[in-house]
Parts: sequence; C-alpha cells; structure tokens
Amino acid sequence: MTHHRWFTPWVLVAPAAVWLFAFSVWPSINTVVLAFTNAKPLGGGHFTGLANFRRVLDDDQLADALVNSVVFMLVCLPLLTVLPLLIAILVERKLPGIAFFRTAFYTPVVASAVVVALIWGWLLDDRGLVNGFAQWLGVIAEPVPFLTDRWLLLFSAISLTVWKGLGYYMIIYLSALGNVRRELHEAAAVDGAGPVRRFWSVTLPGVRNTMLLISVLVSVSALRVFSELYVLSNGTGGPGGRDMSLVMLIQLYSRGFTGHLGYASALSLVLLVVTIGPMLALLRLNRKAA
Amino acid sequence: MLLLTVSPFLWQLSTSLKSLREDIYTGTPSFLPQQPTLSNYAEVAETIPVWSYAANSLIVAAIVVAGNAVGATMAGFALARLRFRGAKLLLGLFLATLVLPGEVTIVSQYVTVRSLGLADTLLGVALPGAIGMLNVLLMRTAFQAIPSEMDEAAIIDGATAWQRLRHIGLPNVRGMLSVVTIFAFIGAWDDFLWPLIVLTDPDHYTLTVGLQYLNGTFSANPRLIAAGTMISFLPIVVVFAALQRFFFRGVEEGAIKG
Repeated sequence: MTHHRWFTPWVLVAPAAVWLFAFSVWPSINTVVLAFTNAKPLGGGHFTGLANFRRVLDDDQLADALVNSVVFMLVCLPLLTVLPLLIAILVERKLPGIAFFRTAFYTPVVASAVVVALIWGWLLDDRGLVNGFAQWLGVIAEPVPFLTDRWLLLFSAISLTVWKGLGYYMIIYLSALGNVRRELHEAAAVDGAGPVRRFWSVTLPGVRNTMLLISVLVSVSALRVFSELYVLSNGTGGPGGRDMSLVMLIQLYSRGFTGHLGYASALSLVLLVVTIGPMLALLRLNRKAA
Repeated sequence: MLLLTVSPFLWQLSTSLKSLREDIYTGTPSFLPQQPTLSNYAEVAETIPVWSYAANSLIVAAIVVAGNAVGATMAGFALARLRFRGAKLLLGLFLATLVLPGEVTIVSQYVTVRSLGLADTLLGVALPGAIGMLNVLLMRTAFQAIPSEMDEAAIIDGATAWQRLRHIGLPNVRGMLSVVTIFAFIGAWDDFLWPLIVLTDPDHYTLTVGLQYLNGTFSANPRLIAAGTMISFLPIVVVFAALQRFFFRGVEEGAIKG
C-alpha cells in the first residue's frame, strides 16, 4: 500500500541516482576498461590487452611505492591504534576545560593536509626550527636531511600523518569509552583492582571492537596517502622519485603531456587490490556496530 | 601534550607575521615576532592571486554544500520513508560504493569530467562531490530514526510525501543535516588531489593547489608560505570553532555508522 504517486520517490532520488551512476558506477567500470587501453590525456585509447599489467609487474617505482605503503602502514598502525586511546583515557576524566582540549586535539584534523605539510616542511627544513635548534644545542653539526633523504622523508611524512590523525581517532575512542559501563569500573575498584588492572580488565575489553575498527581505518588511510608525501617532497616524490606513494603515481600518470591514463587506471586497480581486504573488513565491522 | 598539537600552528602564525629584517634562520629564533607586520600577507597576494584562489575554494565548497544539503536529503528521505520498486537495489549500490576508495576511480572520474567539457573548471572540481554517497546513507539513517507513527498520522490527514518531508522529516534531521553540511564544507575546502588533477591553469587554482604552487615555484621566503597557509587555515578553524558542538556529535555518529 503506498500513499504517494508512483513517481514521487523517483523524483526525490533522481539527483542522487544520477550521481551514483555518473560518478561511482560508471567510473568503476571505466577504470577497468581504460586499464586495457593506451589512453593518454591527449588522444590515444586503443585496446592494448595486458600491456599495462605487464608494465605494472616491471615498474620499479611501483615496487618502491608498495614498499613505502607497507612501511607507512606498519608504523602508523600501532601508533595510531594505541596513542589516541591513551590520550582519550587521559582526556576522558572530567577535567575542567575538556571542550577546549578536545578542540585543540582536533584542530590538526580539520586543517588541510596541504596546510599541515607546509607547516611541517618549514619546521623540518634544513634551516628550519628543528635543525636550527638542534645545531644550536650542539646535538648535531650538520642539518639532518629530513626532507631530502629517501627514508627520512618517508618517516617525516609518517610522523606528520600520526600527528594529524591523533585527534580523529581519539574522538572515536572517547565515544567508545563513554559506552563502557561505569558500574563495571566501580565494581572492579570495590574488588580492589588498581587503575592498571582496571585498564586491562575493564577498559580494554570494552573498546576492543573500536580498536579493531580503528586499526582498519588506519590501514586503509595509510594505503591512500597522497598530500603529505606530495607536499613534503614538493611533488617530486623525494630523491629519485623513490618516495612516491601509490596514489602519487596515479596522479603522476593522469595529467600533463607525459600522462598515460590507461596505465594510471591499471595502477588504480592495484590500489583497489591492496585496499579491498581492509575495506571489506571495515564494512563488516560497521554493520556489526550499527 | 597540548603544546604538541597547537604549537606548530602558532609557530607558522608567528613566522607569517615576522618582518624581513628579523632573522628567521637562527637556532634560537624568538617565538613572538619582534616587529609584527602584515606585509607578508600583502606580498603573498602579489606573488600568487591568493584571494581569488580563496574565492575559488569558496565557490567549490558552496556548490558541494548546497548539492549535498539538497540531493542527499531528498534521496535519504525517499530511501528511508517511501516504498518503491528498486529501492533495495539502489540502497545496495549506495552501500557498495563505500568499499571503493575514491582514489581508485579518480582517473576515470577525470575522463568523465573532461568529456563533459569541464576539465580545468571549478564546476568540474565541485561536480563529482556535489552529492556524496555516504551523505545519502547518513541522511537515510537520520530519517529512519523518526517514529513511523508520525508518518502514519500525517498520511491519514492526507499529507503528500513532499509535505511529510517538509513538516515531519526536516525538523527531525537538523542535527545530521548540519553534520553533513559541515563535513561537506571542510572536505571541499581541504581537498587537494582532485583539484590538482582537474585544474591546469594557475589562474583557476583553489587555495590548496595554489599553496603548493607557491611552495613549489616561488619557495624562497618561508614568511610568504606561512602567510598563505594561514589564509587557508584560519577560515576553517573559525568555522570549526563556531560549530564544534555539532561537529563532534557528527564524528561520533559518523565514525560508527560511516
């Protein structure tokens, strides 16, 4: 039994449905199609079979990018799963000015990654505050090449990502901590459990699912890193372009006269393959939580 | 610990206010500018058209906010409160898109925008995000939370679907709607990768792309870059500080359901 004209729902969903097909469904199909062509930003577009995928297997820069992604993920994962939880526990106590603390921790999250990377780029510059101060202290004689060394650049981008992400995950933990029942804590305290014991036996089991959710969120976003590395390396991808991320490579091949949209699409499929596992896990966790 | 999150921003603000005479490269620079000056802000505007970049970012953000406020609300209402053929299939497709990181389709997205003749335009930047699939689902969740008795009573009184959307739906989803619009604004304002791909003419850049252009092409003076960063950063902080109560509710709800 319906109480509206048959076309009313369609009028309402029409714009969103058009967007769904034009900017989600069709691009997904087209990515696969393009991956089998030599489409260029200026012309091209002939079927070339598996040529792009053969090139994928043989691409040293892609191999570097995958190594970078794995390192990025392995370092970010423990840091961004554990640190925000500890901060959330500290902040959760009803301190005066809690709203202020929350806002302060969240500021790096709302700032654009470009803004954050420019700020850190200046801090970590050869002549920036960190190097200048360390030299003044006499800890180092020469500036540390944070932004020009293949591995230091990657780790600079990682620390920036961790710094920017702390507030975001802390807020998620805060809402999870709010759901851990207070009576459990009180009962445990009555039974003589100290703060450390209560953390392991009450808090941790209470936020287990949230930790799982956050570790998946962290993994996915680590695999998608772009702006931080791009801006810190000034678009070059570091010395010899060895600090490219997967998304940086996709961007590199999708613009300009040297671009190759077909190959960029094949790289997009590589990105899909490496993220699909964590993404599906995320969807499952969400469904459980909802 | 608080120092750790806030001080880099303050340091950048301080750098942006330091005059050319002040040495910013010493090992012991002063935290406060010795002779605070706004001249870096004027000078950055002479190097790159920073104010028109800011206007471009604002135009993109306005389109994205308006598109999501209208499009996601309408679709969310239909999916939550009206029964029609194909609703389940449509909902499934909306959900399925969440598994796909946006970067995976960004190349073919660009091909689409280009074939619409919108390459290197602000409309091309704004269009794909003008109705976010996640926002449709968030609005649907909000509309679902309204008790169905309210709808039934309105139907008995002869209210049309549009009247129910206007008088029962909207007043009850204001919270989620504000969350969706705030996130849409911040997302559009902060976005970098997509405008970087779409825009090629430096006259058309948005603020984030323009800042990287400033950094990459005229990188001589950190004071100017600092001033540019602040022009991008301060508006978002003001929006955020003013609306932070809605914001945190949104993060809490969105993180679990999103």
